Amino acid sequence: MPPAHRPLRHRGFLAGAVLVSVFAAASLLAPVLAPQDPHAVASGGGATLEGPTVGHPLGTDALGRDVLSRVLWGGRVSLAVGVGVEALVVVLGCAVGLLAGYFGGAVDAALMRVTDVVMAFPSLVLAIGLIAVFERPGLDKVFIVLVALGWTTIARVVRGEVLSLKARDFVQAARALGGGHRAIMLRHLLPNALAPLLVAATIGVGGNMVAEAGLSFLGLGAQSPTISWGAMLADGQTFLAIAPWVAVFPGAALLLAVLGVNLLGDGLRDLLDPRLRA
Amino acid sequence: MALLRPIASRVVALVPVVLGITVLVFALNAIALGDPARAAMGQRADPETLERLRREYALDRPLPVQYATWLGRLARGDLGESFREQRPVGEVIRERLPATARLALAATLISVVLGVGIGALAAVRAGSALDHLLMGVAVLGISTPVFWLGMMLALVFAVTLGWLPVSGYGDGALGHLVLPAVTLGALHTGTVARMTRSSLLEVVRQDFMATARAKGLSEWAVLGKHALRNALVPVITVIGIGLADLLVGAPLTETVFAWPGVGRLLVAAVGQRDLPVVMGAVLVFALVYVLGNLLVDLAYLVIDPRMRDAARA
Repeated sequence: MPPAHRPLRHRGFLAGAVLVSVFAAASLLAPVLAPQDPHAVASGGGATLEGPTVGHPLGTDALGRDVLSRVLWGGRVSLAVGVGVEALVVVLGCAVGLLAGYFGGAVDAALMRVTDVVMAFPSLVLAIGLIAVFERPGLDKVFIVLVALGWTTIARVVRGEVLSLKARDFVQAARALGGGHRAIMLRHLLPNALAPLLVAATIGVGGNMVAEAGLSFLGLGAQSPTISWGAMLADGQTFLAIAPWVAVFPGAALLLAVLGVNLLGDGLRDLLDPRLRA
Repeated sequence: MALLRPIASRVVALVPVVLGITVLVFALNAIALGDPARAAMGQRADPETLERLRREYALDRPLPVQYATWLGRLARGDLGESFREQRPVGEVIRERLPATARLALAATLISVVLGVGIGALAAVRAGSALDHLLMGVAVLGISTPVFWLGMMLALVFAVTLGWLPVSGYGDGALGHLVLPAVTLGALHTGTVARMTRSSLLEVVRQDFMATARAKGLSEWAVLGKHALRNALVPVITVIGIGLADLLVGAPLTETVFAWPGVGRLLVAAVGQRDLPVVMGAVLVFALVYVLGNLLVDLAYLVIDPRMRDAARA
């Protein structure tokens, strides 16, 4: 591992870490931080599509709901989908990658053909096609679809690592000492594939967030009353000319959150990749 | 004819992937539709027509036979009939293809010209403030959600400044193409810029570069003549990766700008539950993607002779 002080000198990594921390904290603390109930519509007339004011720092939407509160609550959905999907994707991808790389032969061929086919589709297009299979769209379907399609990258990364590791002495030694398949895969191969896995998973979180927002923007993801940045943007586009703040702020939040995750991922790669290590 | 064998081997390698794609789309179709005959006929189904359709689709036979029948129709370009428009899906998609192709080409052009330019500039001034700034912009481009970028560009250049139209195809007028193309190209511009920079820096470290410099060539001549050609291979890789960005961004960009392409058709068809159109469009996107990647592979063979040997080995 790199010396502990190195991450603090990597500017991109630091910026990413700060952005991600702010994003995570704001989302987790949304119930405390949000000045208003994000679902509360304007009671009297006049408060709909209101520009930023003291009472509504980011303005209000077409129903008079506070945009700031909705942006904060929307972050929870984005965070939950980004991290939740990736957690399952990592488990699935590791299983496929380990089995394919370790056993090789027919197992490898079969698993990699499936991976090839899933990867042969532009991801969001296949996601849209899968969503169409369900009677009605929803955030739960987005979750299922993103897990079903997301594991391929991790599987390839892990398989690649396993292929290069399994010929190494310590793996041979473990086998000679009578280590079972499961022990070798989980105790020797997986821990040594951790660095590239971590990088790929971090970047994957950002991809999940963008995909969720995109699907919700297209009306194929989160449905009202679930608050999603993508769905807010779809509303915002309707009123772009008269009330741009409805679209500007959820999009800016999404951009900063994804930027943070990507910077963090890039930084991790720089810090963990032995080829770049001095 | 040195190229014939590697080309053939690449085409053959695609067969299982393309078959896999059709199996997956067929499975989606089967799950989504249940009984396609009934789904196609909706409420108006009379028993006789249903029976005829079922025989046509071989629905009374086992699944593999159904798949083979479906594949046979597909091979003849028959993608089924749109529920909504009551005409062949192939026809509906074909009408929308030119708009998507135009948008994708314009976006690719923008991303390659801008991306290679930005990447080369950053490489020449590697380590400088300009380098950091350009690479910062590139990461920003990669992280900006396309649909939001499209809306912001429309807000600034169409709504506020009034320079360009907000949306629509405008009967092919160039002004209508600008904002969608910049939007769709932006994501990829960042990727191309980063890849160009890093591969140029990689090439610069190699021996023949020192030779070129020792001959007294200027830095730009060294980079332009020697480095760029050698850096072209990864750049082509990135154009291949960009194809995915383009196809993923198309449904979003086309929706933002009301662009009458296949992407918007796909999104609208999901909303209308016009499943034959959905599956047809998904299939077309996948085939275009596979074909595009094949072209990228073939481009390698032309640019880099080493790849030909690798293919033979």
